[in-house]
Amino acid sequence: MPQKYNISTKAAPPRFYPVGKYATIEFREDCAGSCKECVKKKCVYDIFKDNYLHMSQMDEPEYLYTCNSCFRCIQECTKGIFSRVVNPEYREIGDDYWTPDVLGRTWCQAHTGSVPVSGAGYRGPFAGKGFDSMWTDMSEIVRPTRDGIHGREYINTCIELSRRPERLTFNKDGSLAVEVKPILEIPLPILFQQPDFGVLSKKVLISMLKAAQTIGTKMFINAADVYENLMPFGPVIIPLVKKDTFQNYPTLLTRVDMVEIEYEPGIEKVFGALKAMNEELVISVGVSLRANLDYAAICVELSKADIDTIHVYADAHGREFESDNPRFIKDMLRDIHLALVDAGTRQQINIIASGGICMAEHVNKSIICGADGVAIDRPLLIAMECRLCDRCRKGLSCPVELESIDPAYGSNRIINLMGAWRNQMLEMLGAMGLREARRLRGEVGRSMWFEDLEKESFAPIFGERKVSIDVG
Amino acid sequence: MNPIKDQVKHQLPEIHETPSRFRNTIGKYIIKRNSNCISCGKCADICPYGVHIMPDNHASPFRPIEHKCIGFDCKQTDHYCIEHCPEDALVLKDNALLDTMGDYRWTSEMLLGHFAMAETGNAPHVGLEYNLGNSGGGFDKIRFIEPDPDLAIDISDEEIDTGIDLNKTGDDRPQKTISMPCYGGGMSYGSTALSVIIGRARAAKKLNTLTCTGEGGYPPEFLPYKEHVITQVATGLFGVREETIQQCPIMEFKYAQGAKPGLGGHLLGEKVTEAVAKMRETVVGSSLFSPFPFHSVYSVEDHKKHVDWMKEINHNVLCSIKVSTPTDVDMVAIGAYHAGAHIIHIDGSYGGTGAAPDIAKKNIAMPIEYAIPKVHKFLVEEGARDKICLIASGGIRNALDVAKAIALGADGCVIGTADLVAVECVRCGNCESGRGCARGIATTDPELGNMIDEKYVEQRLVNMYMAWRKQWCDILRTYGLKSIKELKGRSDLLVHLDYLDEDDQKRYQPAPGYKMIL
Repeated sequence: MPQKYNISTKAAPPRFYPVGKYATIEFREDCAGSCKECVKKKCVYDIFKDNYLHMSQMDEPEYLYTCNSCFRCIQECTKGIFSRVVNPEYREIGDDYWTPDVLGRTWCQAHTGSVPVSGAGYRGPFAGKGFDSMWTDMSEIVRPTRDGIHGREYINTCIELSRRPERLTFNKDGSLAVEVKPILEIPLPILFQQPDFGVLSKKVLISMLKAAQTIGTKMFINAADVYENLMPFGPVIIPLVKKDTFQNYPTLLTRVDMVEIEYEPGIEKVFGALKAMNEELVISVGVSLRANLDYAAICVELSKADIDTIHVYADAHGREFESDNPRFIKDMLRDIHLALVDAGTRQQINIIASGGICMAEHVNKSIICGADGVAIDRPLLIAMECRLCDRCRKGLSCPVELESIDPAYGSNRIINLMGAWRNQMLEMLGAMGLREARRLRGEVGRSMWFEDLEKESFAPIFGERKVSIDVG
Repeated sequence: MNPIKDQVKHQLPEIHETPSRFRNTIGKYIIKRNSNCISCGKCADICPYGVHIMPDNHASPFRPIEHKCIGFDCKQTDHYCIEHCPEDALVLKDNALLDTMGDYRWTSEMLLGHFAMAETGNAPHVGLEYNLGNSGGGFDKIRFIEPDPDLAIDISDEEIDTGIDLNKTGDDRPQKTISMPCYGGGMSYGSTALSVIIGRARAAKKLNTLTCTGEGGYPPEFLPYKEHVITQVATGLFGVREETIQQCPIMEFKYAQGAKPGLGGHLLGEKVTEAVAKMRETVVGSSLFSPFPFHSVYSVEDHKKHVDWMKEINHNVLCSIKVSTPTDVDMVAIGAYHAGAHIIHIDGSYGGTGAAPDIAKKNIAMPIEYAIPKVHKFLVEEGARDKICLIASGGIRNALDVAKAIALGADGCVIGTADLVAVECVRCGNCESGRGCARGIATTDPELGNMIDEKYVEQRLVNMYMAWRKQWCDILRTYGLKSIKELKGRSDLLVHLDYLDEDDQKRYQPAPGYKMIL
């Protein structure tokens, strides 16, 4: 039996004091000064001890990253001098999609490698747009559930990146009558991708590659950015090339086992030339999900060509490019997946989805919508403490000095994040009763959608819905 | 002579004002008195809410009791202290602290509203929205229909029956009627402080309802209240013994729970103290995992065997089956009925008190608002609805949610989080970390676990439920109903804002919809 795949994590505390959600306010002029009951000394979490150190180093204001919001200092101070507000800096980080909460949780997972756990129920909106308009199913009583995370049952999260034959056929003597190419697989349905912005120093890229190498996945990198010192990572790298440029990288293409070429009309003519450079090369075609492209039809055509994987790209918020009313990746993936199912090619080809994947749940939900796996970019930067502050885009210095990150530390943080994500995937797969991430592909039967539940449970009671459902 | 009146009157416990455990209460407004104050006592004289107090033998007034202040609404009255103060020594402002408190489901105002109800036994006099959260869907968009004034009846709270029957099967087991349309959800010995769970049992006895052991064994302190304590049998079977099933009126099989549907429970090692370990028959300091699912149940037949087994151990026990809300929750419910259950308890995904992975709470299984009508309808179609008690839980936060759940088709509800809020949980969510709850609620830490006493828990819960009862009675009277049983399945009394024309929507209170920083 092959060894069970596991991602080992090791705590990696932040190098810089993270942007906390709250800022404490102390009305010190009201402090008696000599109070023997000072709540700062009694804090259950010893927050103020850290705070003192922090202030003595004159680092940053005393934003309470580690405040656990018990309100006891506020409610117990004998002079009532404490209050707190939401840290103004916290409001500024990220954006509507990459919310401060997403950043905070990502930092925390990269720090601890643990699944975020809390008590007292769910605290968010009832439902939302995009991925927040779907729930996953669970098994009850009569269907076996899988206990993956605690290790009694193994849940396989591996996916393939190489093409599969439609079916196996055999000669009379029992030998295979079809050519079965070597299988290229990765142990978790997550690939890395070079971010389109940020401090992308050599150390940053090495951190990402090192993490990918450790956990057994791969990383898409522009071929032009693959400097000599990245070459040792060889098969971890999936170079991104174009129709006009791929011939510039003969050495690189022999040292990797997968390549991605950007889609453009007539691209199928160069697949042969690519294979000629390296016969074993697994080919992915990158398709940008642009509103003016019939991407489902393009993917169907590509799936009939001699390639292995289609990598579809949405923007950083999971939205269609170049549209006034952009669709969300979950709906676009459904279309592509179903078009391939109709064409009878879905089983042979793999789909990797990029754009808008910022939490572990998005991986499983993308797969339910029809992807085989996902590629992530920003979470890699955030794991290394990036604040999405955009200073780098303006040519300003990085507040967390990403350019000088030690790759051992950077990769540790990314590995932690992936360990936490995989465990969360296992929780969801286990609840659904699945033992294989591959079984989840397109499995909408294991999901519940806002619009369907409203129709099924509420329409018979409340009649026709008058406010249109916007879940895109 | 009115039998309902007598029965209800007999059971209604008394309300006693039970103030906060904490020195500084949290109010919607901040009111400060500065050094200009000459201690004239005018503010104390005029404030009818007890914000300003200056006893006769005191030279100066006490610090203002901020949470009782009605804030700027007071401007319209003749007792607005800010204007009456001769020295301009009082300052009133909104409390910015509220921005850092609460969330989309339990807003800061809902928390403060419940603190007030638990303190006074009445609806808060401060303008707080405690019936609606900011989640933008489900209960927060459902309203009771504009009432027909002709339907309203003029009867007192004492004459209204808020009780529900738990055994409808017509079998030879006892009839069990509780006086509230809800009972307490399972909180285990180990996850929650002993004084809290015993306080809940004491309140259950006073209110003639029930509480549940959760999966943590049956501490002997429960025995005086055993007629009001449900024994839970969950997958880890921690602390489950024959005698704990023999002494309970109802036993509950927990197949799944809404907060972590399809996942097992997990009690961190730090919480497994010597007493907890002894109760659960485990090792001190060692994390305890409840498996998922029951490894003895993989079919409906296995499930029936389970129910039969319990019924055989205790010939008077009623059987409750607690499940989560998957797509096929309706099929699960009818399966539970056919296996001989008295109660089917569906636990929606947004609730729960214990620690659970955030990914599970948000994403796995459907919200309870969808599950109730689905199960109710299916049980009706199968001809089983009148023979089984349908209990809903998971994200039912307040009295209005309970009433809405009943109108959607449930018989009653199970409440967990609101009980904890009544004893001043602020929903910080750190129940599981380190020593446990810093506010002494969900902890077994020797120091923190003693922050609360049973009497306080008991009375705060009695107060909150009596305040809820007043709200239920108002609703029932409005629609001409004398018993909450008559409300069951009356979804014709509900509207959903998204299913109304724009003009009709304006007749109802709009759904809060402000952005929060989570």
